[in-house]
Amino acid sequence: MIVNERIAVDHGLKKDEYAKICELLKRTPNITELGIFSAMWNEHCSYKSSRLHLKKLPTKGKKVIQGPGENAGVIDIEDNDAIVFKIESHNHPSFIEPYQGAATGVGGIMRDVFTMGARPIANLNSIHFGSPQHKKTKNLLRGVVHGIGGYGNCMGVPTIAGQTSFDSSYNGNILVNAMTLGLVKKDKIFYSKAAGLNKPVIYVGSKTGRDGIHGASMASASFDEKIEEKKPTVQVGDPFTEKLLLEACLELMAGDSIIAIQDMGAAGLTSSSIEMASKGNLGIEINLNKVPCREGKMTPYEIMLSESQERMLIVLENGKEDHAKKIFDKWNLDFAVIGKTTKSKKIELYFNDEKVADIPVNTLVENSPMYDRKWKKAKLPKKNKIKKEDIKHLKIIDVLKKILTNPNVCSKEWIWQQYDHTVMGDTIQKPGGDAGVVRVHGTDKAVAASVDSSAIYCWAHPLTGGKQVVCESFRNLISVGAKPIAITNCLNFGSPENEENMGEFVECVQGIGEASDYLKFPVVSGNVSFYNQTKDQGIKPTPAIGGVGLIKDYKNMITMDFKEVDNLVLVIGKTEGHIDQSLFARTILDEKNGPPPEVNLFNEKNNGETLLKLIDNKLIKSAHDVSLGGIITAAAKMCIKGKKGINIKKPKYLINEIEYLFAEDQGRYIIEINKKDFKKVADILNKNAVHFDELGTIIENEVYINDKTKVTIDELSTSNKSWLTNYMSK
Amino acid sequence: MKSSVITFPGSNCDRDMDVALKKFGFKNKMVWHADAELPKSDLVVLPGGFSYGDYLRCGSMASKSKIMQSVINFANSGGMVMGVCNGFQILVETGLVPGVLLRNKYLEFICKNVFVKINDKKNKYFKNVDNEVLEFHIAHNEGNYFCTQDQLKEIEDNNQIAINYCDENGKIEDQFNPNGSIKNIAGIFNKEKNVLGMMPHPERMIDTSLSGEDGSLFFKNLINNLK
Repeated sequence: MIVNERIAVDHGLKKDEYAKICELLKRTPNITELGIFSAMWNEHCSYKSSRLHLKKLPTKGKKVIQGPGENAGVIDIEDNDAIVFKIESHNHPSFIEPYQGAATGVGGIMRDVFTMGARPIANLNSIHFGSPQHKKTKNLLRGVVHGIGGYGNCMGVPTIAGQTSFDSSYNGNILVNAMTLGLVKKDKIFYSKAAGLNKPVIYVGSKTGRDGIHGASMASASFDEKIEEKKPTVQVGDPFTEKLLLEACLELMAGDSIIAIQDMGAAGLTSSSIEMASKGNLGIEINLNKVPCREGKMTPYEIMLSESQERMLIVLENGKEDHAKKIFDKWNLDFAVIGKTTKSKKIELYFNDEKVADIPVNTLVENSPMYDRKWKKAKLPKKNKIKKEDIKHLKIIDVLKKILTNPNVCSKEWIWQQYDHTVMGDTIQKPGGDAGVVRVHGTDKAVAASVDSSAIYCWAHPLTGGKQVVCESFRNLISVGAKPIAITNCLNFGSPENEENMGEFVECVQGIGEASDYLKFPVVSGNVSFYNQTKDQGIKPTPAIGGVGLIKDYKNMITMDFKEVDNLVLVIGKTEGHIDQSLFARTILDEKNGPPPEVNLFNEKNNGETLLKLIDNKLIKSAHDVSLGGIITAAAKMCIKGKKGINIKKPKYLINEIEYLFAEDQGRYIIEINKKDFKKVADILNKNAVHFDELGTIIENEVYINDKTKVTIDELSTSNKSWLTNYMSK
Repeated sequence: MKSSVITFPGSNCDRDMDVALKKFGFKNKMVWHADAELPKSDLVVLPGGFSYGDYLRCGSMASKSKIMQSVINFANSGGMVMGVCNGFQILVETGLVPGVLLRNKYLEFICKNVFVKINDKKNKYFKNVDNEVLEFHIAHNEGNYFCTQDQLKEIEDNNQIAINYCDENGKIEDQFNPNGSIKNIAGIFNKEKNVLGMMPHPERMIDTSLSGEDGSLFFKNLINNLK
């Protein structure tokens, strides 16, 4: 087939990009080469629209061992231990085929982590679906949950936390973001940088099939009515093979045979070989006849672009081939020496004794397109004035019950009960809390992780929303007693070619950058997913932030369930009564306009760090951050979890009861302390200039508000737990 | 006391079982499925996981592993063999314990704490356990125990039911049955009661920081009974 501009455009390349390819090669590429360029230059692999902005994120810190640019980020958790972690999207395939899309998303991110030598110790996920009333939502949710569970459970890695939300903007584009944490010794981290000449290049894992060809290109395009035709571009996962691959790789990594290792993820053999060559400033020569294939008569084009799962590429030390082969034989995995490193700085591919591709590595990587897309700055919306008569008739308990049954607040037990969250025997905080916590096996340390997003806030004002979601991650880690260390981000947006969507991206990234810089909570890994849109309708901007923190002694971990009757409950942080964009405004008042709550980074840092001091002094019995649904929703969840009640007395503020209880001001936590410790706690808070209110006292079984209205915890618990189960069983 | 935990391709609770056995005093060895001989053992454990990816049928391929012939011989000569979760599925595939394990009634994987009532204490697994009810943890997709009416009669006549799903007070009712098992069966013995297969994971309940401590009770008791 002779390549021309039309074929290039069919591969998702722009006309000027094709012209640039011809110019760089000084000739017309053949079809295999064109396939390679299209795979490397699509948005998913090249970050062409986002690179310019991602560069501005803070990525360094005392605890950062490896920032963005590798398979995953790495942070130091002392004693020669390190945590490898990353979040990644699998949105497009999950919409087309929810089970396989979600499953391979989980498989892919685990591979990114164990490629670096780390044993995965925890999985998390952030999943977003369309309106519950939309006809596709239920099946997509069921398929995604089964897919995540199917893969993670089989791998024997606990799924310890997650986030699920519903919004009509995801009707045509669901989001499936998967995150994995792995544990590695600091001196046994593996990287993807090839080094040395004439070193054997090894292919291990599953055979290559025709599945997933052009998966990365599909993930770089919008959806239209022909979406169903894209099913063949979804990869099919086999968690059993991946479990074998994990064990085999870790066994080989225990020795000193490996120079570089890279998993074959998006764009398969193409991106893995090019990445290793590019980082090592070398060339790689591959004989495609040596690649283990699942199907007969696969062409070089298909072999290079297949996204078959559970495969790895390794550059070995000379002479270690037999040793390595023995290990992969033991685990019944394919093993083939398919090529070698060269000094050519080119990717040279051979098939049936013919050279089928000859491309300088730098044309694919450094010379890949980078765009400074046009973008529109968002204005801060005007504040709404809530009319007294709109809220006068509202009964607080009724509103609370309504909020607790809201799909975005309700208990997600139906979901996380389908994930094995206790395998590996170190899960000390299960899903349903502020963050999941696993012990570092065999030590007193524990690692906390959470994943958060606030699309509503980001949509209302991207800059503020970007800051807010980083702060929420920070708070969730602090609420379990962990010191926040670093984050990974999954940036889910609409089309970068639309100025408004691009503006949302730019400003969310700016907000994330400002907050992570201020909180010393650097970004060490991440992923961008653009084109989450159907025709010209994009999703709400949805950056998901995965945060990781350390608890030095796991016995000091905090949970959110109220512990003991008569204990005092305080609110840390000032409540100004910000109702705009709150769940209350949106669902009770049906008011969808206005700015999101303001983020004050000084208060966030100060309030959080002061709470950590209280925790260090063992003064905190339970803690929970205040988010969706405000103070009363947070308190109700603590009641439900602890099977205790609370007698709430609104402090004498100027704002009214509704504003106090349902506002979503930032930087706040609810804490439970022993009465006798009140003075000590108050002293520490006052000394650090942290505002606090006394919210009430823990009682048995009921919630009272200012001594009058009351409701039983059983009733609240039923409201909170029944929505999702009922929805899924209908 | 010496124990052996078999690792099959796809086992994923083998390490957890190793940790638990060692914690309560067993000298444990990990044994590879392709080995022919069992090391000298007082207890052999088939751990949980997804041996052979659960392909064909859960436990089916693992039951034909090389090591299994030694395990079967060991069991037939009176040796203590315990299968947990996937290990239970492997045991039913070997025929060492009767019945089969079907997909959970609601077709979903379930991971949660459950209560089980000890049905029989005249065996080395549960002898001297003070409690009647234990809080254990399940995590499985195919734990729905089924057998024919004839088999059930035989099982009941021989008192082969080890544990039943129940509530915290030991009440055995349908509503406390997480997976649809016949008679709420969570674990079952062979006739001689030296082989135990059960869905719950005692190894995940060995620490107050984890899901609970009734697993500790179980293992402490087990090693004492074997002495």
